[in-house]
Amino acid sequence: MIPAKFEYIKASSVSEALGLLDKHGDEAQLLSGGHSLIPTMKLRLNQPKVVVDIGKIPGLNSISEDGSNVVIGANCTHHQIATSSVVQGGVNVLAQTAKEIGDIQVRNKGTIGGSLAHADPAADYPAVILASGAKIEVEGSGGKRTIDATDFFLGIFETALESNEMITAVHVPKSSGGVYLKFSQPASRFAVVGCAAIKNDSGVSVGLTGVAGCAYRASAVESAYNGDAKAAAAHAVDGVEVMGDNFASSKYRAHLAKVFTERALNALG
Amino acid sequence: MSNYIGQSIKRREDDRFITGKGKYTDDIVLPKMTHLAFVRSPYAHAKINSIDTKAALSHPGVVAVYTGEDCGNFGVPCGWQVNFKNGDTMKEPPHPLLAVGKAKHVGENVVAVIAETLQAARDAAELVEVDYEELPAVTNPNAAVQPGAPQVHDDIPNNVVFDFALGNPKEEVDAAIDGASHVTKLNFKNQRLAPNAIEPRSYIADYDVTVDKYTLYTSTQNPHLIRLLMCAFVLGLPEHKVRVISHDVGGGFGSKIYHYSEEALVTWASKQIGRPIKWTSDRSEAFLTDAHGRDYVTTAEMGFDNNGKIVAFRVHSEANLGAYLSTFSTACPTYLHATLAQGCYTTPLINIDVTATFTNTNPVDAYRGAGRPEMTYMIEHLMDTAALEMQIDPVELRKTNFIPAFDGVSQPGYQTQVALQYDSGNYHATLDRALEMVGYDQFRKDQEESRKNGKLLGIGFSTYIEACGIAPSAVVGSLGARAGLYESAHVRVQPTGSVSVFTGSHSHGQGHETSYAQFVADTLGIPMENVDIIHGDTNEVAFGMGTYGSRSLAVGGSAIMKSLDKILEKGAKIAAHKLEAAVEDLEYAEGKWTVKGTDKSIAFGDVSLTAYVPHDYPEGLEPGLDFSSFYDPTNFTYPFGTHIAIVEIDKDTGKVTLKRFIACDDVGNVINPMIVEGQIHGGVAQGVGQALLEGVDYDENGQMITGSFMDYAMPRADDFPFFETDRKVTPCPHNPLGVKGAGEAGAIGSTPAVANAVMDAISHLGGVKDIQMPITSERVWEAMNS
Amino acid sequence: MKINLKVNGKDHTSDVEPMMSLAAYLREVLLLTGTHVGCDTSSCGACTIKMDGKAVKSCTILAVQADGCDITTIEGLSQNGEMHPLQASFKENHGLQCGFCTPGMIMTAENLLSENPNPTEEEIRHGLEGNFCRCTGYHNIVKSIQHAAESN
Repeated sequence: MIPAKFEYIKASSVSEALGLLDKHGDEAQLLSGGHSLIPTMKLRLNQPKVVVDIGKIPGLNSISEDGSNVVIGANCTHHQIATSSVVQGGVNVLAQTAKEIGDIQVRNKGTIGGSLAHADPAADYPAVILASGAKIEVEGSGGKRTIDATDFFLGIFETALESNEMITAVHVPKSSGGVYLKFSQPASRFAVVGCAAIKNDSGVSVGLTGVAGCAYRASAVESAYNGDAKAAAAHAVDGVEVMGDNFASSKYRAHLAKVFTERALNALG
Repeated sequence: MSNYIGQSIKRREDDRFITGKGKYTDDIVLPKMTHLAFVRSPYAHAKINSIDTKAALSHPGVVAVYTGEDCGNFGVPCGWQVNFKNGDTMKEPPHPLLAVGKAKHVGENVVAVIAETLQAARDAAELVEVDYEELPAVTNPNAAVQPGAPQVHDDIPNNVVFDFALGNPKEEVDAAIDGASHVTKLNFKNQRLAPNAIEPRSYIADYDVTVDKYTLYTSTQNPHLIRLLMCAFVLGLPEHKVRVISHDVGGGFGSKIYHYSEEALVTWASKQIGRPIKWTSDRSEAFLTDAHGRDYVTTAEMGFDNNGKIVAFRVHSEANLGAYLSTFSTACPTYLHATLAQGCYTTPLINIDVTATFTNTNPVDAYRGAGRPEMTYMIEHLMDTAALEMQIDPVELRKTNFIPAFDGVSQPGYQTQVALQYDSGNYHATLDRALEMVGYDQFRKDQEESRKNGKLLGIGFSTYIEACGIAPSAVVGSLGARAGLYESAHVRVQPTGSVSVFTGSHSHGQGHETSYAQFVADTLGIPMENVDIIHGDTNEVAFGMGTYGSRSLAVGGSAIMKSLDKILEKGAKIAAHKLEAAVEDLEYAEGKWTVKGTDKSIAFGDVSLTAYVPHDYPEGLEPGLDFSSFYDPTNFTYPFGTHIAIVEIDKDTGKVTLKRFIACDDVGNVINPMIVEGQIHGGVAQGVGQALLEGVDYDENGQMITGSFMDYAMPRADDFPFFETDRKVTPCPHNPLGVKGAGEAGAIGSTPAVANAVMDAISHLGGVKDIQMPITSERVWEAMNS
Repeated sequence: MKINLKVNGKDHTSDVEPMMSLAAYLREVLLLTGTHVGCDTSSCGACTIKMDGKAVKSCTILAVQADGCDITTIEGLSQNGEMHPLQASFKENHGLQCGFCTPGMIMTAENLLSENPNPTEEEIRHGLEGNFCRCTGYHNIVKSIQHAAESN
């Protein structure tokens, strides 16, 4: 398997990458870890004319603390996030989630920025990104902005990113209690259903992935939760168009969403 | 004395594999080699109105572009003829190398593009314009035979390849089922599987104009058979002009037995362009075009009397053979399947009725077990279902019906109702040992206890039998096989006493280089280091039928033994001459001939040297020590065993976890226990994969919806516990090594054990329900909640 | 495009097309055919190598992305003619049959043990999530890794 011809440009800075996006428009795509992009190019489902490699841009692969947030560079690998003491100490549920992604090799190469921008409806991160109330820091030639997680995921492989913008970092509010539980699709091991639940001052916040065209914040569960996990979890798919596929019909998937929401809430203790 | 047989000798082939020095076909690079890419049909069924190759031909680096019109007369053959019940010949439409007129399944080769680089070939393939006219498609074998179903081949009505029946007269079987005090009936699909050897198929053809000869490097399980089929039935080439080489092959499981159109195409095209051509399948192509396994729609009924004795067994299946007949496809649902309907039981009346159909799907052929897993699944799943329905313990039900032990030597073989005569068997022995291993009584107590705590534990049994080493040639020939099923071996003793063994069987993971050397070294009484095993090259090995059907040791090993006998017989004559004794007065042990009762002896190496330096030599005896043999077995071999699965089911999600898997197999004598155990492990994993994970699905338009590893659930390491294995030994009475074969046992026995365990775990919740394989979480959840 | 990289301790400079995967580069340019391609889309793990100390799937990395990297393939795992303990253990425990998945399996196991020298059976099985074997049922692969861990 071999992709269609393209031009490869290694960007050495964010501004260079953005300049290339401006210049080439829709013909250009960003390459970070490559684990979503390259297979689709090999299958020739995706044939960008220009590939801009942002994988080695300095400064995008650090993890730091900024007051009440953990700030994760877009190029941080899943492995880096899973094993970072800063992440484990500040928002352990994110480290736990990163550990659930793919496999050892994929975690060594795949990045959080790439995963979020790709917005696979069954990806693991979105559940915890939503539940934690994270902000996605993006940059375009017009400048920087941050997008609330709840505004970021718009549909299947669709995000609020403009075509000339790139993710530079994710700001994840610190939290102490949190859990991510997933029912894996047996072939891909992506989430048929993944539920992240995090304790907060007013109760819990819950993010669900795999269930619908894009991950969502299960606000109906959050407002219904008063300590009775089962009762609250019954609202897991309220107002949601639940996906059905070869591995889980929409009926079964809706059921799993409730089961995993209940389990996640119970696991919070 | 046996130094090596029965020892778990570490494999000598491993040294190259663990250091990355294996030599698989795609590793080979030839000078001036070109690359081939296919344009494949995106439709399951479509008329090809026109093909425009102009743009592709003018793409930089393109060497040639071929369509079906260019090689329209060539087609790959089917190797087994099965006739209709009324004697009519089976329907055998042409299977062109590139589609002609119509494309009949998604992924069918339509155009071949050859270029200097793979990149250029792929890019140019995208420039080929094919004008298709999509036609209605049929994918289900049962739907295919209904009136008005789309016709895969225009001249084959109702898509019927043949119909077939085996066993007792149907009226007698029907009457016995009607009169039975209990009948268990199942309707199910034995789902289609993708073999998924991790090494994709790969072919390199190299035509040498200077000598007018071809060399084909191919990832095949049987190089000689490929040469025979390709030369005699496809391209019309003389065999002495074609050399087929199959070095290391990365797994086969049946899928690399067959002669594929791509193999013949690269060979033919290599002469057209006068340069070597490589084609290596990618995984998408593998899913679409490697011959699939299974795919039967079945109704199976078993009748019992008041005491739980089986009175009759009746089956009707539609077997899906896909759009074309693959090499051994027709044998799978017939002579490799119906002949096993006796199982391990004394069932007095059996009738198996099969209709084989064409559909707009990829061809189906033998996949680890080939017809036997499907039959075993039926019988063993019926047994546990019947046990639950009749509330008889499944172990008791089996013991009530087992054929009593027989060794095939002092007691005769067991004549089945379905043509075969079992060689030897002791079915109680493996069951008893497996029960001991699992701790059956304790398990039932634990199960009861766990149910009180809301846990769902289940146990499932399978006491399987299989038929391996399929033979003799005259018998299989009378059943329609278009090839002999013997094996050849050539043993060459070098002057200095080292031994080269050339075998027609082929190792693609089985470890022949080690296990064959073990019994050769023992038989000759020489160190293993002095024995080399050579396979996989038609120029080195005189002839062969290859490796499949768990036949290598039983048939190929026996052929080697025949040559060794000849070596020792001739060696004795030379030894007798040198020792000035009569042949009858000599004995051979530990690598030397000794005059009985004396210390006069001569070593193997001295005899071999004498054979090649025949200065002082028996009169009239030819020099040299070198013998070829062909071995045609007198019967199949019949391994058997007991597999037990224990599963736990998540009540909320239906997810099945395999907690324990116990296998006690009897594969006859064993040369290398480590290798045999490894074969069982691998087979079990594939069988469990079928039960719980794997399945090829087509949508109603014939598009494959499971065509990648993201969609087809391959078993992974964390899907299994460690397997608990043991063996019993009932030697095969009719071959010199007493071996039966171990390659398929795991895949044949394990599937029903797992399915039965799931049924056992949830039957108390709402009745006995059959769950379609693969037994996905959703299907279990539905069964529990309906 | 020009790339400079170190493979099995040796520096290489090559001119490659951007479309070429790292797996194809290793196999076709450097003729290191121990790295196998089973799916070419990062599922099966046969192409696993070590890049800057971490196991990665080389089919899903472009050769140009490996510019400046330090690569180890199965061919570079033995030191001074001595087999790596994992290689020895795979042989000792019959952790392979056809051998095709084996290089990737060993390279993944190497990463696994380097981060977790004493893994449980469950951790080993989970750690092999990205590597398919169709021959062994994984039984002896897990044993091989356990054995290598114990003997370290």
